[in-house]
Amino acid sequence: MKLTLKIWRQENATAKGKMVDYNIDGIDGDMSFLEMLDVLNEELVNKGEQPVEFDHDCREGICGSCSLQINGEPHGPDKFITTCQLHMRTFKDGDTIVIEPFRAKAFPVIKDLIVDRTAFDRIQQAYGYISVNTSGNTIDANTIPIEKENADDSFNAATCIGCGACVAACKNASAMLFTSAKVSQFALLPQGEVEADRRVLAMVEQMDKEGFGNCSNTGACELECPKGISLENIARMNREYLKASVK
Amino acid sequence: MGGLLKSSVAKKFAMALSGLFLVLFLAQHFTINLTSVISPDTFNSWSHFMGTNILVQGILQPILIFGVVFHFIMGFVLEIQNRNARAKSYVSYNGSANSSWMSRNMIYSGAVVLAFLGLHFYDFWVPELVHKYIESHPEDATRYYGELVAKFVSPVRTGLYVVSFVFLMLHLLHGFSSSFQSMGVNNKYSEGIRKFTVGYAIIIPLGFIFIAVFHYFNNL
Amino acid sequence: MSILDSKIPKGPLEDKWSNYKNNINLVNPANKRNIDVIVIGTGLAGGSAAATLAELGYNVKTFCYQDSPRRAHSIAAQGGINAAKNYQGDGDSNYRLFYDTVKGGDYRSREGNVYRLAEVSGNIIDQCVAQGVPFAREYGGMLDNRSFGGVLVSRTFYAKGQTGQQLLLGAYSAMNRQINRGKIQAFNRHEMMDVVLVDGKARGIIARDMLTGEIERHSAHAVVLASGGYGNVFYLSTNAMGSNVMAAWRAHRRGAFFANPCYTQIHPTCIPVSGDHQSKLTLMSESLRNDGRIWVPKTKEDAEAIRAGKKKPTDLSEDERDYYLERRYPAFGNLVPRDVASRAAKERCDAGFGVNKTGEAVYLDFASAIERYGKEEAFTAGHKNPSKEEIIKLGKGVVESKYGNLFQMYEKIVDQNPYKTPMMIYPAVHYTMGGLWVDYNLQTTIPGCYATGEANFSDHGANRLGASALMQGLADGYFVLPYTIGDYLAQDISTGKIPTDTSEFDSAEKEVSDRINRLMNAGGQHSVDFYHKKLGKIMWNKCGMSRNAVDLKEAINEIAELREDFWKNVKIPGSADTKNAELEKAGRVADFLELGELFAKDALHREESCGGHFREEHQTPDGEALRDDENFKYAAAWEYTGKPSDAILHKEELIFENIELKTRSYK
Ligand SMILES: Cc1cc2nc3c(=O)[nH]c(=O)nc-3n(C[C@H](O)[C@H](O)[C@H](O)COP(=O)(O)OP(=O)(O)OC[C@H]3O[C@@H](n4cnc5c(N)ncnc54)[C@H](O)[C@@H]3O)c2cc1C
Ligand code: HEM
Ligand code: SF4
Ligand code: FES
Repeated sequence: MKLTLKIWRQENATAKGKMVDYNIDGIDGDMSFLEMLDVLNEELVNKGEQPVEFDHDCREGICGSCSLQINGEPHGPDKFITTCQLHMRTFKDGDTIVIEPFRAKAFPVIKDLIVDRTAFDRIQQAYGYISVNTSGNTIDANTIPIEKENADDSFNAATCIGCGACVAACKNASAMLFTSAKVSQFALLPQGEVEADRRVLAMVEQMDKEGFGNCSNTGACELECPKGISLENIARMNREYLKASVK
Repeated sequence: MGGLLKSSVAKKFAMALSGLFLVLFLAQHFTINLTSVISPDTFNSWSHFMGTNILVQGILQPILIFGVVFHFIMGFVLEIQNRNARAKSYVSYNGSANSSWMSRNMIYSGAVVLAFLGLHFYDFWVPELVHKYIESHPEDATRYYGELVAKFVSPVRTGLYVVSFVFLMLHLLHGFSSSFQSMGVNNKYSEGIRKFTVGYAIIIPLGFIFIAVFHYFNNL
Repeated sequence: MSILDSKIPKGPLEDKWSNYKNNINLVNPANKRNIDVIVIGTGLAGGSAAATLAELGYNVKTFCYQDSPRRAHSIAAQGGINAAKNYQGDGDSNYRLFYDTVKGGDYRSREGNVYRLAEVSGNIIDQCVAQGVPFAREYGGMLDNRSFGGVLVSRTFYAKGQTGQQLLLGAYSAMNRQINRGKIQAFNRHEMMDVVLVDGKARGIIARDMLTGEIERHSAHAVVLASGGYGNVFYLSTNAMGSNVMAAWRAHRRGAFFANPCYTQIHPTCIPVSGDHQSKLTLMSESLRNDGRIWVPKTKEDAEAIRAGKKKPTDLSEDERDYYLERRYPAFGNLVPRDVASRAAKERCDAGFGVNKTGEAVYLDFASAIERYGKEEAFTAGHKNPSKEEIIKLGKGVVESKYGNLFQMYEKIVDQNPYKTPMMIYPAVHYTMGGLWVDYNLQTTIPGCYATGEANFSDHGANRLGASALMQGLADGYFVLPYTIGDYLAQDISTGKIPTDTSEFDSAEKEVSDRINRLMNAGGQHSVDFYHKKLGKIMWNKCGMSRNAVDLKEAINEIAELREDFWKNVKIPGSADTKNAELEKAGRVADFLELGELFAKDALHREESCGGHFREEHQTPDGEALRDDENFKYAAAWEYTGKPSDAILHKEELIFENIELKTRSYK
């Protein structure tokens, strides 16, 4: 397959940056999208040019490192996958592919396609935890039964990989889906309920501070989320927040 | 108020509440207007009641005005914040891949409705105020129907009304069900709620359009 | 006598850990505030240790190369975590978990450590549940368990296919709590380049800020290495792209012995390599072997026809297929342990029976499972004479409910529907049992330098059982290290802050900068990946699933040559004072090029077959592994002396007082 790539190149956080065209040949449908970029980078290195920087690690859709806005959609056109799981057979010979970094004020570009997603870490540091000691002096794991449905919903919320596609897809660059997934995971468990009020207030406050946009309920996040995190979590967070604020 | 509406979640809650309030008002407004098609007398008497009742004029009307003003100002505030949240825009952004046009363009449909409200005030409310308070005409319980019908002589105005209500429809197609999500309602009833809101969003504006067009053709 | 002292406490096996805890030195809370600890790695082992140490009151600095601690490679673990809770009432106990682990490791691990691991395993589950880890539950609200390979009880706790993710997010949330309290400073996108020794003790590290390229000095009273495994020495593995040996290897060069480097786990069910572009391999969970039957064509003609695309697997009739595991191991069939299944697949492919483009794949077929389940379902539903289509439809439903997500993952990668045509699988490097030698305290041979998780060699012997790496990482971090490190730090209560403006830091920093300069200014012929792929080929072909003296000797030479060429000719564009992925990779590959040689040397010296280490010279007449307990019942700890080839071997004899050594047989 022969392709034209339009890739955002930006030397560093303060540089201006621009789209640069690359032609690439010999791409096989069995390659993953990142392997296609590996091929491009190998060529660039051999020519003595600087390879395109992008974040990645596990390459199996679980670490949440990989990002990329591909032809106007986070993680590309396929649904329920990350960029590292996107395969080149999705594209056709002769296609032009536009590759940009995730864009949000709260996710500043670091270099080329790498953005700084530490805003997510700060949201979690604000209260994305249950205040128990890790000393091991806790009660037996089966002392408190948890309704299977709640345990499953909590798990589903907890499968968020922190990739930021929800922010990237949202016209408002809102981080509601991410934040609500975390709030929900704990709110649904008896262990997490104890601090639920303080948690939701603190996490929403941090989310706002980071400069993410507001939620317009467009639902783009849910459709672009590689893990299918549900909008129900956002409603739950709204509920939890309102409940906590009137108390 | 600033403190109360500090957070994004609270702002959206207020947005939803004011929107829902407008939805209720719209239903009420529509019911009265509909009578103009069925029975001019009923229309006159209901309008007379609304226009002279102390409760309606002294309490509901100010709330309504506050609601409208609050809603659109907050709409603009949110929009500005939302735009700022993406410092640099995408070269290629395929919004239609994951969201509806209505949901992405609430500010535009809202702005059209706002412009319409301007026209609407100019058409009905301003004359009404002039009539009642400046020129201090004695109350005439039968004047309303005639005033209404007279507005729909002009094809341009009738056209503007029609277009505005199409935008209101677009606004409500997303807005009505969205307000439930903003208030934290998303459960097994949500599918039913969504169907109802879609029905409402289509039927009510269509009804308004019908009324306008009906009077226009009656005037011919 | 060996210079290695494992420091196993005296007394009966069950009492060792309690006795130990009762007799160690403690640091009082006020003094902990004056003590700094550096933790390299934020996976299960590092994240849990950092959170606990900070909670105890120490000042902790964590380092990881990802942009967030949450992305450490532990996130990828799928299957589950073992714990001897005996919730199922099926006779599980600490002793049984201990026994299974030692046996599974082919009797090459230390009894004392493994027993302690079993002893604290239950605490891990309590801890994680309290933290909000959403493990799978039954309708009654109690925790659910699943069974894993090689054991007779159901003791594996899980969260669908994302157990590692959930456990890591638990540890990360505990870290976040401490970050919020100011007790942990997290240095993300920072790579440790060296450890700094002062008076023979680990007192700090040199790190590179991967965004600015700045070389930084960080001091501490102790350094914990939780930097994961080194499977990527093979280039292709199921590990994350960035997994590397640099932290462990730098410590090794400074005096920490490296133990059993040749013990590698090669997992039989991974998606095969599809071409030269391949960058990493994906695991298909072990659980699939419960229902899938593994086969290759009986004749080479059929295999060739399939490779050429002239025939499809479904064209072959039953008697044209060779279910080689069932043939060779009638008793265990498709459920032989990982090492045995992997070698058998390789044997068939090497003999020319492989079934994909590259000839390196075998089939994992669900057709008979679909039929069996379909019949069962139809029968229970009261259809006594179901049609073929009906059976298949019902059977597919059952298989989907069990393995749906794996089948979907497979389809995304391979673009074939595994419900209709058999899956193709091949073994791949998955886990490394070897690592830094540590004593019972998890301390390396450098005082003050600790190693936990996959980075150490401790608990899995020559072969790791499924679901026990997660257990080990969390046991080390939450429950073991926080005690043992206190015993050491008790002597540092009045040491005061370790200064970084000393000659030791000066020279360590200079060495790091010089090394980077050398890499940046090398000849500029080939990319880093070029060398990494070459190294991977040597490792896979000559130090892989089966090894022999001739190959290993060749490998040693070839790796040494490749390393020399690398330092002369590697090409790294850009500069060192910015984000530079090529430079990062180069630093890691440079260390793999040293480790690889030691790996081969270790494999060459171990003249026996045990666990994941199979020496062709040491097998029974029918091709099974032949262990030599008389001569090799020891952990091989290598001391660095300047070159991998000159490394000195130290032996730690393994003493088995509570378990009888036996031969594993699966016939
Ligand atoms: C696909 C897959 C599935 C698995 N499934 C299971 C399972 O079901 N059950 C089970 O028990 N085990 C499983 N394992 C094994 C298990 O996941 C790992 O052994 C375990 O997670 C290792 O944890 P760790 O904390 O030791 O290291 P890791 O999680 O690998 O963490 C290493 C850390 O060190 C950091 N680091 C490394 N080098 C440096 C450096 N130079 N400077 C700074 N930081 C550095 C990294 O950033 C990272 O934070 C699986 C493994 C794989 C690959
Ligand atoms: C006066 C002009 C108007 C403007 C400028 C306006 C603007 C907006 C905007 C921008 C939003 C989206 C807010 C967001 O999602 O972030 C919105 C939502 C909404 N609007 Fe309006 N609007 C107007 C009039 C109306 C009217 C007349 C109605 C009802 C009859 C209405 C009902 C709603 C509802 C129900 C919502 C949904 C609130 C939510 O998402 O929670 N709006 N409006
Ligand atoms: S909610 Fe989905 S899209 Fe957003 S960060 Fe989590 S996994 Fe990514
Ligand atoms: S690289 Fe880990 S999710 Fe894509």
